[in-house]
Amino acid sequence: MKVFFHIGRYTLFVKKVFGRPEKHTVFLKQIVREIDKLGIDSVGIVLIISFFMGAVVTLQTAYNIDMPIIPRYTIGFATRDSMLLEFSSTIVGLILAGKVGSNIASEIGTMRVSEQIDALEIMGINSASYLVLPKMVAFVLIIPFLVIISMGVGITGGYIAGSVTGEVPSADYIYGIQYSFQPFFVVYSLIKGMVFAFIISTASAYWGYHARGGALEVGSASTTAVVTSSILILLFNLILTQLLLA
Amino acid sequence: MIETVDVIKSFNDKLVLKGISTVFEKGRTNLIIGQSGSGKTVLLKSLVGLHDVTSGEIFYDGRSFNKMGRKDRKALRQEIGMLFQGSALFDSMTVEENVRFPLDMLTNQSLEEKTARVNECLDRVKLENANRKLPSEVSGGMQKRVAIARAIALNPQYLFCDEPNSGLDPRTSIVIDELIHEITHEFNMTTIVNTHDMNSVMGIGEKIMFIYEGEKHWEGTKDEIVHVQNEQLEDFIFASKLFQKVRENSK
Repeated sequence: MKVFFHIGRYTLFVKKVFGRPEKHTVFLKQIVREIDKLGIDSVGIVLIISFFMGAVVTLQTAYNIDMPIIPRYTIGFATRDSMLLEFSSTIVGLILAGKVGSNIASEIGTMRVSEQIDALEIMGINSASYLVLPKMVAFVLIIPFLVIISMGVGITGGYIAGSVTGEVPSADYIYGIQYSFQPFFVVYSLIKGMVFAFIISTASAYWGYHARGGALEVGSASTTAVVTSSILILLFNLILTQLLLA
Repeated sequence: MIETVDVIKSFNDKLVLKGISTVFEKGRTNLIIGQSGSGKTVLLKSLVGLHDVTSGEIFYDGRSFNKMGRKDRKALRQEIGMLFQGSALFDSMTVEENVRFPLDMLTNQSLEEKTARVNECLDRVKLENANRKLPSEVSGGMQKRVAIARAIALNPQYLFCDEPNSGLDPRTSIVIDELIHEITHEFNMTTIVNTHDMNSVMGIGEKIMFIYEGEKHWEGTKDEIVHVQNEQLEDFIFASKLFQKVRENSK
């Protein structure tokens, strides 16, 4: 029953978030600030994770394909499609659910328990729209760039790992990453990334916005935000895959 | 003037306000006093719409707050200033940005006009050379003064203060009390202060309402309060030895 309560309250919350911004100039400034805070600040972790993911996928594929009838370029092909289809959107999404999700939930939760949200409401400002809409818009706008960076770095990571270990000849890997390329996979990955960005920003803001109490409750809201975002990412990953690839 | 008529507020099955009817007068410092947990903060938050009342009505100069549409309520909120217990300053903004915030969000003034108004408000609360500081870089008393400056930035008609002396030393408490009192008279506002500090009561209480377990038990002036015959109120006022001496002296 509690799940239905939260679904209902989340729906009302999202409706409130989409309220008209008070001042468009302030709204645009906030979007730029959030792009920097949520997106640009996440580039580092996306680079590191993507590089190692690409490298590991390449080596694991190489070690598992030891039949001579399977060409070596398959390794490059497998790395590219793994990164495009799953890793660059879903795994990066899960990592960002931890980094960005906890950041949003704890920031808004602290504002709630220190009465800063009440202060906004007293002024007649739609606090949900003022605090959450810029974060949501900024994150949905910036995530395609993070996903594309992740794809590039992951494939490069695979190339470097394959070359350094000598498991995959460079020419085979490069041929593999070009082999049977389907541009729609990139679109599919970007769509998933944008949906995940919406989920992370709104679900995390929801838990922070409804936090009550003190530091302990804000911490708890932050943890719940990460867990909820992660579960929703996995669920929507399944739904979107069925809708877009079936 | 703010009038409440039989205001009842409950949270699930717990009745917190049990039919409060009173009038908070314009141009005076109206105090709500009572022990912790008596319903003071719930009443204050109900008055400003942070809690929806279960039943009863609240009138702002004759305008029913409960029956107002969203637009009217939003417009009325711009006539309200509020000083929160913990100041509720936006901690990522400087002092100047905090005071300018309502002007940025709710007016179309130029930057020069807004800056002039911010400086005027900060001067009024006697806060100088703090414009560029963050709230965490100034003292608790200064934070309260910034919060007052922010609350009066839009020239409100109504000022609400929730435990303005909370966490302050006695000297700073008096300064904050006096500031609230002066501003009330200067701008002819309806000010409601929620407190359990007897020094505030004796210092600035022009009209006082005592709440006990969600009910209005007594109302009157600071001159009447020391002579009152009400068991709960006496327990509240004369809990401190200082006020016991005040009573003995007055006898």
